[in-house]
Amino acid sequence: MLIDTTLFYLFAALALGGGIFTITRRNAVHSAISLIVSLLGVAGLYLLQQAEFLFAVQIVLYVGGIMVLFLFVIMLVNLDLAAKERQFNKQWLVALAAVAAVAAEIAYFIYRGKDAFHIAEPTMVLAPPALGNTEALADTLFSEYLLPFELVSILLLVAVVGSVVMAKKRI
Amino acid sequence: MHPITTVHYLALSAALLLIGTVGVLTRRNIVIILMSIELILNAVNINLITFSRIWHNMDGQIFAIFVITDAVAEAAVGLGILIALFRNKETVLADEIDLLKW
Repeated sequence: MLIDTTLFYLFAALALGGGIFTITRRNAVHSAISLIVSLLGVAGLYLLQQAEFLFAVQIVLYVGGIMVLFLFVIMLVNLDLAAKERQFNKQWLVALAAVAAVAAEIAYFIYRGKDAFHIAEPTMVLAPPALGNTEALADTLFSEYLLPFELVSILLLVAVVGSVVMAKKRI
Repeated sequence: MHPITTVHYLALSAALLLIGTVGVLTRRNIVIILMSIELILNAVNINLITFSRIWHNMDGQIFAIFVITDAVAEAAVGLGILIALFRNKETVLADEIDLLKW
């Protein structure tokens, strides 16, 4: 139990610290690297919750795919001028106040409702299920969620065509 | 030390969501706004997987896969828009794109 606790706090610190660095750095490449750290922390949290398949997906797809795409665009778009400018917009104070209000609200709800989750808590320590995580996931995905799975492929096709059309100079 | 409960994960996911929201609302650079959206989507995924674990149900993880797919589509289209924008307006700062402002 102790190692679980330590690992949770380690990964949580990675996720939150990376997130804070992502939104405060002036240089977009530094932001991207902080975001990679944050995403790896989140991946570790998936692993702690026995979601091994999503752990792999998070690393391969997010860190290996999306972040490389971000870095390519940072290279493609000239950000040197933007790095010299003001980094935060004029309404940042209002935005911070609004977010602080929402934070207080969420903290209150979590504090008041924290006992509601203890009903489900004892099942956590049961023996692991007979099926592996990936196998169980595939069973559900390809039986119950087959139609959404097919629809999502259309979404990806639309996204690919859309981004090509958007980024092309002359169609 | 206390054992880690569901509430810990929920608090962490809420904190990550708020960090992402601050990024979207206060930054001027569009690339970093898109990165903040990724942070928000990750916070949602932590929540989905936590509830998937405590209910011993795979649906939460399936939803997390769909959220990741959406994040991919959104990043691709968003960065495509960013490149088109940079070609036409020579800027990546969100508050300099004010063509519709009165």
